Amino acid sequence: MTNVTVLDFEMGNLRSVAKALEKVGASVDVSAEVDRNADALVVPGQGAFGSCVLNLGARMDDVRAWIADGRPYLGICLGLQVLFDSSEESEEKGASVFAGDVVRFPAGPKVPHIGWNEVSSRAGARLFDGIDLGTRFYFVHSYYPVPADAGVVAATSDYAVEFCCAAERENVMATQFHPEKSGDAGLALLSNFVRAAAR
Amino acid sequence: MLAKRIIPCLDVDAGRVVKGIRFVDIRDAGDPVEMAAVYDREGADELTFLDITASWEQRETTYDIVRRTAEQVFIPLTVGGGVRAVDDVRRLLRAGADKVAINTAAVRDPEMLLDATLAFGSQCIVIAIDARVRNGSWEVVKDLGAGEVLLTSMDRDGTKDGYDLALTRAVCDAVPVPVIASGGAGVPAHFTEAMTDGGADAALAASVFHFGEMRISEVKAECARAGLSMR
Repeated sequence: MTNVTVLDFEMGNLRSVAKALEKVGASVDVSAEVDRNADALVVPGQGAFGSCVLNLGARMDDVRAWIADGRPYLGICLGLQVLFDSSEESEEKGASVFAGDVVRFPAGPKVPHIGWNEVSSRAGARLFDGIDLGTRFYFVHSYYPVPADAGVVAATSDYAVEFCCAAERENVMATQFHPEKSGDAGLALLSNFVRAAAR
Repeated sequence: MLAKRIIPCLDVDAGRVVKGIRFVDIRDAGDPVEMAAVYDREGADELTFLDITASWEQRETTYDIVRRTAEQVFIPLTVGGGVRAVDDVRRLLRAGADKVAINTAAVRDPEMLLDATLAFGSQCIVIAIDARVRNGSWEVVKDLGAGEVLLTSMDRDGTKDGYDLALTRAVCDAVPVPVIASGGAGVPAHFTEAMTDGGADAALAASVFHFGEMRISEVKAECARAGLSMR
């Protein structure tokens, strides 16, 4: 069984993430520390980018080290945003695992972007293995990432602008939407991550 | 394209669903967790629990049903009713709620809303407004930083005459965040109207779903026929 650590840094609803991972067959430990013995690390997170960075604190280095060691990582929502260099939302700096910035939706549509939107995955994106193009996932966010390297974009969605809603590079995977709240499609995606982590 | 949302609401008193639910194939129609699972299977886009528990001691049961629901149902869950302090919000989010609805009328100190959005992010705070027409106009909606508005027409609630479209449109045009229309749904076409003429991003209903008068799938099919983007 794949042992997954869900990092608890007091940023939102971890319970759903843990339960959804268990549902797809993972053994889950919700922990305030990065457990080096686990098979995979999942970093969820809701709220503001700045509080996320501040709450992570020294654990940001643990996360960076985990990723640098080639260990499987899944970031959800802020767990994706924090991988980038910076965000328009706050002064605090991100982990710079991916080059690029997190920006706010332009004026026009209702923000936050809340609800089920269609996701177009790139060919070969492992998170989306077996998931149809255009499948809907559940989003709740006001900011989205703009990767400097288009090669890390695993999927895009459209809300006034076409934006990157999932990123992948080797062992690092991340989604802007909430797979733990996206019904069967979300469970399929989490299952893909757990399977990839088991290899 | 972003889909419009259909949201069933369960009124929960001391851990039990109130207003009898008439559904076939249900072992315990009073169990909010089982009802949540049924609505999930029927295609609900989100779920809302409205806690109407009067006694403080029995409110513990609410945290328990939120926990048990979040273990089994993997769609968004909003919990409202009786939320008065930032700590209430924290406990509900920790139990597994994705969003917490705070009713402006129930909060003595509106700053509490701001405190909650600062602590947990605006995306998980829904401001619940019970609107009533007074002298032909509505009270002004103050921007308190919430990420979403749950707008209930007290005049229409329970009437099945349809959502208050003028009220819904006025609020949708006035606030920069998504609006959930509530109060008055009687037939599937009412949901469509709320999201076209009313401009709402989502529509919520309680008893018409509980009593089996309408199925969620039927409402969503009607909305899709009217040209709305649905999941």
